[in-house]
Amino acid sequence: MSVLVFTENWDGKFKKVSFELVSYASKIAEMLNTQTVALSIGNVQDDELNKLGNYGADKIVSVKNDKLNILDNQVYTSVIAQVAEKEGSKVVIIAQNNMGKALAPRLSVKLKAGLGAGVSKLPSSVEPFTVFKKVYSGKAYSNLVIKSDIKILTLAQNSFEFEENNKSASIESFEPTLNDDLFKTKVGNVEKQTGKILLTDAEIVISGGRGMKASDQWGPIEELAEVLGAATACSRPVSDEGWRPHEEHTGQTGKIIAPNLYIAAGISGAIQHLAGISSSKCIVAINTDKDAPIFEAANYGIIGDASKVLPELIQAVKEIK
Amino acid sequence: MKILVCLSNVPDTTTKAKFVNDNTALDTTGVQWIINPWDELALTRAIELKSDAANSIENITVITVGGKDSEPTMRKALAIGADDAVRIDAEPKDAYYVAAQIAEYVKSNPFDLIFSGIESADYNGSAVGGMVSEFLNIPSVSAVSSVNIDGGQVKITRDIDGGHEEVSSELPVLAIVQKGIAKEPMIAAMRGIMMARKKPLNVVAPMEVEVLTDVVNFELPQPKPPCKMIDPENVKELVNLLQNEAKVI
Ligand SMILES: Cc1cc2nc3c(=O)[nH]c(=O)nc-3n(C[C@H](O)[C@H](O)[C@H](O)COP(=O)(O)OP(=O)(O)OC[C@H]3O[C@@H](n4cnc5c(N)ncnc54)[C@H](O)[C@@H]3O)c2cc1C
Ligand SMILES: Cc1cc2nc3c(=O)[nH]c(=O)nc-3n(C[C@H](O)[C@H](O)[C@H](O)COP(=O)(O)OP(=O)(O)OC[C@H]3O[C@@H](n4cnc5c(N)ncnc54)[C@H](O)[C@@H]3O)c2cc1C
Repeated sequence: MSVLVFTENWDGKFKKVSFELVSYASKIAEMLNTQTVALSIGNVQDDELNKLGNYGADKIVSVKNDKLNILDNQVYTSVIAQVAEKEGSKVVIIAQNNMGKALAPRLSVKLKAGLGAGVSKLPSSVEPFTVFKKVYSGKAYSNLVIKSDIKILTLAQNSFEFEENNKSASIESFEPTLNDDLFKTKVGNVEKQTGKILLTDAEIVISGGRGMKASDQWGPIEELAEVLGAATACSRPVSDEGWRPHEEHTGQTGKIIAPNLYIAAGISGAIQHLAGISSSKCIVAINTDKDAPIFEAANYGIIGDASKVLPELIQAVKEIK
Repeated sequence: MKILVCLSNVPDTTTKAKFVNDNTALDTTGVQWIINPWDELALTRAIELKSDAANSIENITVITVGGKDSEPTMRKALAIGADDAVRIDAEPKDAYYVAAQIAEYVKSNPFDLIFSGIESADYNGSAVGGMVSEFLNIPSVSAVSSVNIDGGQVKITRDIDGGHEEVSSELPVLAIVQKGIAKEPMIAAMRGIMMARKKPLNVVAPMEVEVLTDVVNFELPQPKPPCKMIDPENVKELVNLLQNEAKVI
């Protein structure tokens, strides 16, 4: 028996979410009195692999195969299933992000394992196996019982404080069976920016809405992001107007994010906007209208003109940095 | 080429979360039911693709797993421009159950391109599309922001960390769509609404499928402490609170 974690790396370095996942999985392994096995797919060196041990992995299964350099959902699902079978995994933990949403449902069918999607806490009980997850786009939660023998959980972003839990993990390499007829997709042109903080990974996000007035008014938002090491985001009308790129649109029909700090300037706080940001740890609202609904969601608020408040905020942050 | 669009019938996105029966069911009094926003965009894209004769799309079918009360939503999809609709007559018990029903239908009624949305506005599972593809043993592409057809080949763009990439796939393929797939949802015109009444809405009996999960009950989020208001003349205080109270910078 074991709890299996699917980790993610970026150019050979684990993403922060991988440590959260391993830490979360090792807590479940304790509840089940079993061990934590972490799966790494890709070219990750041993000293990096060993880091997973620091967060509670007992064993690391490393799969290095050039055929896996591009993500084919069906192929990856098969690899995870092979490892889960080999390790007798009863629970599989995956991130609730693009990768997790692509793989977890397929794996659920392959292993006939019930899926708890977007869980944000440890299971409240293992018998019956009961998880807590967001529903109605964050307006409520549900307690969900997973009845199948194997369970798959995808962990909501930024919902679990990871802690170091030094174990010396063993590393094992694994050669999965990869039949050629499994490969049905091909990747052509790739366009990606590097060196920019990804909105979905960012710890701090500075976001602007229609109250910013025009595309040429984004200077203070970008500067504040720069001094705080933050990513930038926007409301839907702002990206619809073409003031900002579509990648920045957050909300029900855009990106769903959960940073530690979300600063909303000139955003009214419509329910569909909140659906994308309500899991943020701390929300700051800057708005001229004291009755704007964003203040109901915010932890800190300033009633004022963003074009005046933001430059002062930049100044004040610079003073402490 | 034949296209299938999976439709989830969900409460309007402004619906307040209120629960009844010991917090085991949503209070649906006064709730407006809509096509899940992603599915509406997927349908829009399917219709756009069909309107270009070069793509030779014969047919767009929409499918839902749900009770009779989901029929108005199906009719709306027909009015927007789907050619026919299939309703698998069962309460959608969980994503696995729903996906198994859809896959079963597709096994005897094949499609080349299947669309599903990235997330339902109700149970937020992000699951049905991927599950259908695995049941059918066909490729799936997730986080899809554009789908084009070029000489019978389906060209898909998917989002990746920091950018996007082009994916080509063998058919049939299942595309799990998100923002970008279509700009604005298409709206039904009067003519479409008239025509929709005559379009087929086939009701299919469900097959026996095991349900792997049970919702025990719902909870509302913990009430949040009221927002602390900071004097706009004293922005330094905000930085102080963020640093020392919230500890987020
Ligand atoms: C199905 C559906 C899905 C949707 N999905 C999304 C989504 O994913 N994301 C999203 O964001 N929206 C979404 N929307 C739209 C949403 O309903 C709102 O219309 C939108 O969020 C409003 O954007 P906003 O806050 O930028 O603009 P507004 O609502 O116009 O608010 C502007 C705010 O700026 C304030 N303001 C004005 N001047 C200043 C100033 N000088 N300084 C400070 N504040 C100022 C105003 O008081 C106001 O509160 C969706 C809608 C629907 C129907
Ligand atoms: C009265 C009632 C009770 C319900 N009770 C439960 C319950 O107890 N537990 C539970 O998990 N769900 C329940 N649902 C069903 C829920 O609405 C979903 O259909 C199903 O669970 C999948 O949800 P999901 O969040 O995983 O969808 P997602 O996987 O997030 O949806 C993604 C996409 O899959 C497709 N899709 C989703 N659902 C359907 C569908 N029904 N038919 C066709 N395509 C679909 C759409 O393209 C959608 O955009 C209930 C629904 C109703 C009306």
